[in-house]
Amino acid sequence: MNWLTNFVRPKIQNIIGQKSETPDNLWHKCRNCGQLLYVNDIEKNLHICPNCDHHERIGPTERFKNLFNNGEYKLVDLPPTNEDPLKFKDQKKYTERLKAARNKSEFQDAIAVAYGKMGTVNTVVAVQNFLFMGGSMGVGVGNGIVTAAEKAIEKKTPLILFTAAGGARMQEGILSLMQMPRCTVAVQRLRDAGLPYIVVLTDPTTGGVTASYAMLGDIQIAEPNALICFAGPRVIKDTIREELPDGFQRSEYLLEHGMIDMIVHRAKMKETLTQLLSLLVNKAA
Amino acid sequence: MQTYLDFEKSIAELESRIRDMKSLESGDEINIAEEVDRLENKLDKLLRSTYAKLTSWEKIKVARHPDRPHLSDYISNLFTDFMELSGDRNFSDDQAIIGGIGRFNGQSVMVVGHEKGNDTESRIKHNFGMARPEGFRKAVRLFHLADQFKIPIVTFVDTAGAYPGIGAEERGQAEAIARSTEACLDVKVPLISVIVGEGGSGGAVALAVGNKVLMMEHAVYSVISPEGCASILWRTSEKAEDAANALKITAQDLLKLEVIDEVIPEPIGGAHRDHEKTMKSVRKAIDNALLEFSAISSDKIMELRREKFLNMGNVGL
Ligand SMILES: [Zn+2]
Repeated sequence: MNWLTNFVRPKIQNIIGQKSETPDNLWHKCRNCGQLLYVNDIEKNLHICPNCDHHERIGPTERFKNLFNNGEYKLVDLPPTNEDPLKFKDQKKYTERLKAARNKSEFQDAIAVAYGKMGTVNTVVAVQNFLFMGGSMGVGVGNGIVTAAEKAIEKKTPLILFTAAGGARMQEGILSLMQMPRCTVAVQRLRDAGLPYIVVLTDPTTGGVTASYAMLGDIQIAEPNALICFAGPRVIKDTIREELPDGFQRSEYLLEHGMIDMIVHRAKMKETLTQLLSLLVNKAA
Repeated sequence: MQTYLDFEKSIAELESRIRDMKSLESGDEINIAEEVDRLENKLDKLLRSTYAKLTSWEKIKVARHPDRPHLSDYISNLFTDFMELSGDRNFSDDQAIIGGIGRFNGQSVMVVGHEKGNDTESRIKHNFGMARPEGFRKAVRLFHLADQFKIPIVTFVDTAGAYPGIGAEERGQAEAIARSTEACLDVKVPLISVIVGEGGSGGAVALAVGNKVLMMEHAVYSVISPEGCASILWRTSEKAEDAANALKITAQDLLKLEVIDEVIPEPIGGAHRDHEKTMKSVRKAIDNALLEFSAISSDKIMELRREKFLNMGNVGL
């Protein structure tokens, strides 16, 4: 409206400095119990709330560092995608949303793939990133899954996939839906090569991701209390107009209903996966 | 009583005038015949022009038209000796997905598809074509059965989506859809998919991973309903029409994106106006598609299908 509010104020704020006003850099508020925590403390604690054990959503880099021996790994390059294939625009252009997401992230899309050693076993790990456009799956994420499977086949290693997704990338329309069969083929190639495919479902894993490669693992693991579903709780509530059961669509509920093999606490994840890999790969007595 | 869509007002008026004219008993018969002729010509032109430039939003309405042929119509018109096969051998029989063996031009085929139903009673029986896990698990069973006996598969896709309910989630809706998609990619017999009405998201894709994916001229196929997309991205479902345009859901768009292989022409004014012509059109398309794979080895048939889907997303508009 006036040039002062639009233009000058942000600058003045920068000069005054935001650090003193916003505690974001130092403090983290637990999304589950609301406890204010030192960012340093929660980072040291694998982004798990020391108060309520809530597993905070984390990106690929944190995962890789926690998993590979000595935190050492090599990122696998992902092929570039056909950007904005539908020329999609809602209230904003898709290209602008993509740019904004990339500016906030060290990655090009909602997935990263790395290669390294866990225990004695070389392995490829792919991590979907909820912090990038809600982890939504489009052609870029599909490229990540396909590349990860190809890398595992090339190196003759298992593939571990950490899923996280709000669903399909609507801005890529039908092409995002087509990533479901596309990634399924990638999983089949891995299976044909006799290589283990381990899925770790993290909060949240929903929609077309759950309804394809995320449920096709040889072993299905979940982090505690992760939302794992096809249709989201709100959609179901709107459809059936009933209250949903306690703990509905959470990891513990899925375990109880026979949908996953185990729930693994993040502090035990590396150990568990390393042991599993060893059992599946180092088979001789 | 015919159901008219909101963009068909002048079509409805013309058709009603023609009916009135035809029911006139007295008067100059030659003049009446001439007038009926003139109006019918006008109607034909109007139908052609209206249906040649349907918007995405209008196509959704056509795709959801209650008089549009449904799976039961396709089964009774295109297949002989059809025998329905039921159940997932695990929990129940989901009537949202119907399957069975029949003959197509004399050849045994496995038919699997969504059934929406055509009156209140049958819509409830078929849950409006919205499948639960048992429907997809039945599909998996039938795909493998077809594979075992080397019988080609034809699927008919017509669903708003998989059913979002407590029981469905509890019994693994996501896993069931994933396994159905996987089974489509595993079989070594030709698999031909026809999107006949609404192709709604994961519930559609679970049956639509074909060597050839054919799509009716006015059918739609989308990752999310335009209403759902609008309420998320525009924060109001009132923008569904904008979402429909942005999502690119028409057969014509999907052909350009190489997501489908062929558009099956519909009769003038849409499939719901002439079931007989629709059946002829669909029969021919399925026949051609099956023929194309008749001389290809089974391993190759599976590999071609996998290759095709591995490349999805390379082509933009
Ligand atoms: Zn907490």
